[in-house]
Amino acid sequence: MSNFFSGLMRLRRGPWEMLATILIGVGVFMLMQPFALWLYTYSFIVTLVGTVMFIIVSHFKE
Amino acid sequence: MSETPATRAASATPPSVARKIKGLSDRAIAWIFVGPTIFLLLAINIFPLIWTINLSFTNFKANRIGREVKNVGLRNYERILSDSDIWLNMQATAHFLFWTIFFQVLIGFTLAYLINKKFKGNDLWTTIIVLPMMLSPAVVGNFWKFLYQPQIGLFNYIVAFFTGKEPSSFEMLGSVQLAPWSIVIVDTWMWTPFVMLICLAGLRSIPDYIYEAAEVDRASKLRQFFTITIPMVLPFLMLAVLFRGIENFKMFDLVVQLTGGGPGSTTELTSINLKREAFEKWRTGYASAYAIILFVTVFGLASIYVKALNKVKER
Repeated sequence: MSNFFSGLMRLRRGPWEMLATILIGVGVFMLMQPFALWLYTYSFIVTLVGTVMFIIVSHFKE
Repeated sequence: MSETPATRAASATPPSVARKIKGLSDRAIAWIFVGPTIFLLLAINIFPLIWTINLSFTNFKANRIGREVKNVGLRNYERILSDSDIWLNMQATAHFLFWTIFFQVLIGFTLAYLINKKFKGNDLWTTIIVLPMMLSPAVVGNFWKFLYQPQIGLFNYIVAFFTGKEPSSFEMLGSVQLAPWSIVIVDTWMWTPFVMLICLAGLRSIPDYIYEAAEVDRASKLRQFFTITIPMVLPFLMLAVLFRGIENFKMFDLVVQLTGGGPGSTTELTSINLKREAFEKWRTGYASAYAIILFVTVFGLASIYVKALNKVKER
């Protein structure tokens, strides 16, 4: 866990990609879940942030 | 000096063309070859995407070209993301996506595993199994519409034979509970062969000596299946899931032909709803925002999926 946070602090690709992946996954789940409308409302912004983050951080150093 | 394919190609170049490219660097020649493709890519993919993003912030209507176009900011996005009907369409799409991929992978892999065993008539069975995939979705839609007919449809009679129910007592396409499953069945019937072919390619790429080594180590068939077959077919399976996932997310023709999105809007997938907004209600700006939401979702999913695929391949 501390490796993950130190990777985030040192702008390393692995942990940042992991974070972006989690955001995209959560965003897609929020978009398609049948439980709460407010989750659906905020799904796009979560997916968008995750996707843009993924594109940017895939250029970080390993 | 012996003649090579390169010298033969060079001598076949017309003198006028040869004179023109003589002074060009390798990099310039490479750009000449790649240029048209990049131009097409920009014209067909990138420009429409940027244009759609631009339209998504306006109230543009494609059937009223002369009307003043106003910038509405994020209002289109706000309306889509607070619309409970679109939320239901998203859920219908999720149901369709999840179950079609689940059944296609399960049945496709099983069929590939069986076909991979050498037996008489193996090639004939492969050809028969892949036939549905070669049909047009419009033909498949119409064909299954007849099969699902409560009075004369073969499907209802087969279900009646096994369950003892009256064939006309249920309607696959007209029932709110059954219609979502009816489109899942048809898509699975049509596209399982595609998944099967990809799995078959994966299974045939596993060298026999790995199984022979496992036999020498006295590994059981079950152990071989879980430690050799599954890990080595996994990248192929993931590729199949990626292809089918993206394709089914934008599924349109088959479902329109079968149910037209009904009954009510139980099978109205996002692509059908998007088409209605864009070309029936002519709310182009609103539909552009809708398309961008779907695009970002598919793009995000495809990105993480490609990353996962690369990781599996590296192993």
